[in-house]
Amino acid sequence: MRAAVVVFPGSNREADVVRALRLSGASVTKVWHADSALPPSTDLAVLPGGFSYGDYLRCGAIAGRAAAMDAVRAHAARGGLVLGICNGFQILCESGLLPGVLMRNVDRRFICHRQTLRVERTDTRFTSAYTAGQVIDVCVAHGEGNYFADPETLARVEGEGRVAFRYCDASGKITVEANRNGSLNAIAGIFSEARNVLGMMPHPENFVEGLIGGTGGRGLFDSLAA
Amino acid sequence: MKARITVTLKTGVLDPQGKAIEAALKSLGIAGIESVRQGKVFDLEVSAPDGAAAEATLRTACEKLLANTVVETYTIEIA
Repeated sequence: MRAAVVVFPGSNREADVVRALRLSGASVTKVWHADSALPPSTDLAVLPGGFSYGDYLRCGAIAGRAAAMDAVRAHAARGGLVLGICNGFQILCESGLLPGVLMRNVDRRFICHRQTLRVERTDTRFTSAYTAGQVIDVCVAHGEGNYFADPETLARVEGEGRVAFRYCDASGKITVEANRNGSLNAIAGIFSEARNVLGMMPHPENFVEGLIGGTGGRGLFDSLAA
Repeated sequence: MKARITVTLKTGVLDPQGKAIEAALKSLGIAGIESVRQGKVFDLEVSAPDGAAAEATLRTACEKLLANTVVETYTIEIA
């Protein structure tokens, strides 16, 4: 697995995701946002978390139009894998690679806490190391993670089975309390139509080693590197 | 020529910031404000042969960057 992590001005979680990818056996290079190409034979492009361009205009709006994103779009169109985490998810929505938008959290608070997620399907390149319906313990840290799409788009995303993760309680139940940012249908992450692009608000890269407090995110990187 | 673009959230899209401002106005005792929706204003200088060309340029700017048309609408005024 050859991964390219795209770094934008204001990205701040690239080191963590590089570390998580390497732990699972991937070889990783970093790509600057102004570069117009990914390294040859890149399997996976990763958009890390952070505050690209200071969240100016809208979260992910300016990064979504960066030169490197043309390369990421072309990579995705060829069937290449793309993973966007947190600000990376916002960038994927702004760049048109995923439908919908991440709005301000419903209670207007920046949320930063451990969060359980339900794995919605395991027949994908991102989730094969998990079991169906598995509840994983990861982290969230965002002010704009409230997933929104118009009713037709939402129905299409649901109908095509493109929800990757939902916010849930420790037992896997979808509750209002567990969905703190107010996302429609408690959506924490979605796939593209061909399931080669995944965007998610939570941070799987935070929890890949027991020493740090959890390993709930490890399965995602193990799935990718498998 | 000078132009102003106003970007606002579409009707029905939740606006937590607008709600917070609405609550702050109430807490200041300013009576009579029924609701608040927050938006953005962009003042631009455009060089174009005529108003129609300027409007076309600005429309492209809105569609490609200034507005996220999933949740926002925009209006263009050319001075």
